[in-house]
Amino acid sequence: MDAVGVLNQVFVGLSRTVILFIVSSGMSLILGVLRIPNVAHGSLYMIGAFIAYTLSKLFGGGDLGFWIALVGAPLGVAVISLAAERGIFQYLYEREHLMLILLTFAFSLVFGDLVKIVWGGEYKSVPVPYVFQGFVPLFGGLPFPLYNLFLLCCGPVIAVLLWLLVNKTKIGKIARAAAVDREMVGAVGINVSWVFAIVFVIGCFLAGLGGVLVAPTVSVTLGMDHTLIIEAFLIVIIGGLGNIWGALLGALIFGLTQSLGIMIWPQFGIIFPYLAVVVVLLFRPTGLLKSTW
Amino acid sequence: MVSKKGKIWWIAVLLVLCLVPLILPRFYVYLLSVILLFGLFAMSNNLPLGFGGIYQLHHAVFYGVGAYGTALVITKSDLSPWLAFLIGPLIAAALGLIMGLICIRLSKLYFGMLQISLGSLVWAFVYRWYSFTGGDDGIHGITVPDIISSYQGAYYFALIITGLSLYVLYRVLKSPYGIALQGIRDNPVRSAMIGVNVRRHQLLALIIAAFFAGTAGTLFVVVDNTVFPDMIFWTLSLEAVIMCLLGGWLTFLGPMLGAAMIVVIRTFVSTYTVYWALVLGIIFMLVIFFLPNGVLGWVEDLYKRRKNVADMKE
Repeated sequence: MDAVGVLNQVFVGLSRTVILFIVSSGMSLILGVLRIPNVAHGSLYMIGAFIAYTLSKLFGGGDLGFWIALVGAPLGVAVISLAAERGIFQYLYEREHLMLILLTFAFSLVFGDLVKIVWGGEYKSVPVPYVFQGFVPLFGGLPFPLYNLFLLCCGPVIAVLLWLLVNKTKIGKIARAAAVDREMVGAVGINVSWVFAIVFVIGCFLAGLGGVLVAPTVSVTLGMDHTLIIEAFLIVIIGGLGNIWGALLGALIFGLTQSLGIMIWPQFGIIFPYLAVVVVLLFRPTGLLKSTW
Repeated sequence: MVSKKGKIWWIAVLLVLCLVPLILPRFYVYLLSVILLFGLFAMSNNLPLGFGGIYQLHHAVFYGVGAYGTALVITKSDLSPWLAFLIGPLIAAALGLIMGLICIRLSKLYFGMLQISLGSLVWAFVYRWYSFTGGDDGIHGITVPDIISSYQGAYYFALIITGLSLYVLYRVLKSPYGIALQGIRDNPVRSAMIGVNVRRHQLLALIIAAFFAGTAGTLFVVVDNTVFPDMIFWTLSLEAVIMCLLGGWLTFLGPMLGAAMIVVIRTFVSTYTVYWALVLGIIFMLVIFFLPNGVLGWVEDLYKRRKNVADMKE
């Protein structure tokens, strides 16, 4: 285990962190404002990846396809989530968390089968766009995929955009107010129901975006939602419910323990992130950063 | 206690269940065994969930660990299989104690999430430890004693064990301890004020639940002769929670009914279409919307309302 190898794994972990952050920040947003623990979030991520596959194929599988998919797939997911929110979720905000978890789980079952109906059960792959093919030499000359470098750039950009959205725009301010006191926001004449819908759609948009960005690096397949949803949940929990920076911190912990864990103990590499979560929750039961709850 | 009329009903049901394997073909007997063990699994989940008000969101861990414990004792040691049937649930209960001690300090959603992460830890170990647990293949062809190796034998074994377990669970719920547990669910602060040790009561509920989940897992080993890592995966846990909800999570027998409904729906829908999850999901949505207290809860409400109307007429 040399320094160069460790550094390489750190970069691999950071690429993973970006995906985890994008998906779990969306979940954290929904959890913080709407208080819905959205189990279907993973399914939306999967749908995002599948739509990306279709769009990329439709436009020739090259650069153009990728860029169209990057914009189109999250929008597609946003439309689906808007329909689900207006159709069903909006009637259930007052219910217990347990009911909401189960309802969103029911959604994830339905979405899973719908994906199977539309796209079939085979593995799909989305080509890496030409611009990002190839490698860059890292410190010590280890080749690092250009696409992952692109991911590393995406992460901070999205974090900043999200921060601006939540803290500097009017909708962000209203959403934060609604998270603290829904009735009061309604009393000053704001349509809270639509604020919730918008936040929900933005959160799901992020799930879709995560799905598109991950698509060129993995094989797009059914069941890719199952592992991700648990990871996203745990990230949100250890970060502090509803805290976007918490989601970033949680994603970092998850991504790095995962990639470094595999180096330390190849066979049981996958247990390290869970172990980290247990340790965090033992010492900080309500997450590392301040929760909005 | 159970009325005289109720007793007759129970004896009739038991008699039918005993006679069933003599009449029905193999497939249906197998299905009934599966319903029994899933029912036990869901009912043990409902002890902390419905009666204790604890977010027991990863109950499958105890079910799977009980099954793996039994399977490993049978395949890897010289101990009698009958002993293995006891060791499996005991390992599950021990895990329930350990995980309970870690999780019990947290409440509600945080409890559930920590339990899920600990459970995923267990799952990851089982999934990857090829040399010991068989990894993602699991363990197949586990030999059980001759007397319960036939499908009828397995059914009777499942019936007897489930029956005994239900009786114990019923007595636990009717005992002073069970009443106190339900008191904690309804008002934890007040319960603590009048001197009930809230944490200890909840912890005991978790251990009992884990033991019976392990028992259900052991029954699965007897009925199916296999174990596999999906038995520990979190989706199964949510399915168990849905069984509780579907049948009625504030009633004693509700989860059994929910388990029966889900097993039956899955079996028959999947003969027509591969998209049974879609059907199941839609059913769950309808139940959450229209029957928040589950089927049995709904029946009970109806019964009560009718009784009230009758009382008023008198």
